[in-house]
Amino acid sequence: MRILVQSEAFDMGAEANAFAKTVSGAGAIVTFTGITRDSAKGDLEVMEIEHYPGMTERALTDIAIQAVARWSLAGCLVIHRYGRLRPHDPIMMVATAARHRADAFAAAEYLMDYLKSRAPFWKKEITASGTDWVAAQDADEDALKRW
Amino acid sequence: MIELLYFAWVRERIGLPREKLETNAATVAELVAELCAREERYAAAFADLTSLRVALDQELADFDAPLAGVREVAFFPPMTGG
Repeated sequence: MRILVQSEAFDMGAEANAFAKTVSGAGAIVTFTGITRDSAKGDLEVMEIEHYPGMTERALTDIAIQAVARWSLAGCLVIHRYGRLRPHDPIMMVATAARHRADAFAAAEYLMDYLKSRAPFWKKEITASGTDWVAAQDADEDALKRW
Repeated sequence: MIELLYFAWVRERIGLPREKLETNAATVAELVAELCAREERYAAAFADLTSLRVALDQELADFDAPLAGVREVAFFPPMTGG
């Protein structure tokens, strides 16, 4: 299990390859990468991500421990950035490894659902016309009910 | 003495990221009431508790949770990770 909270960019290919070398007995690896989405108007200048140092690492670790136990994962990687990001910059990534793909897919979805509304990150969009905190979606909270 | 932390628009409305406070509040709700009585900027930040979350010593908690033994209280909007 590897949890990284960082401001630096990461290389999703290099991370996926490095992750693949650490998992034994796995037959499936699923990776998901979240990238900075432009605003609806296409005028996003910066996405500023704030987090709660200390609690962030704890929350991500707790979520990953749950996923590893529930799907008997051979490995689990979570990377989440904070700071000022530009459109299309990678924000975060999860990777899961399991004997079979169904567990790897399910665990990756579980990690993403919990990370959305239980990890202390907040996004602020900065555009030419001003700044706006991104509001949490009810759908994100509802997504937790399926687990 | 407890440490209070504010994030995102809660931090912006109150105007500072953290502060220390000597309080006799028994619960989070009592602490919020005490802060709101202090200054308008706190009342503005805590106007709608349904749009706020609280963490006690870095664990999510409810507003009726007791504060006994707690060292760090954080207030923030619903999280938007991922």
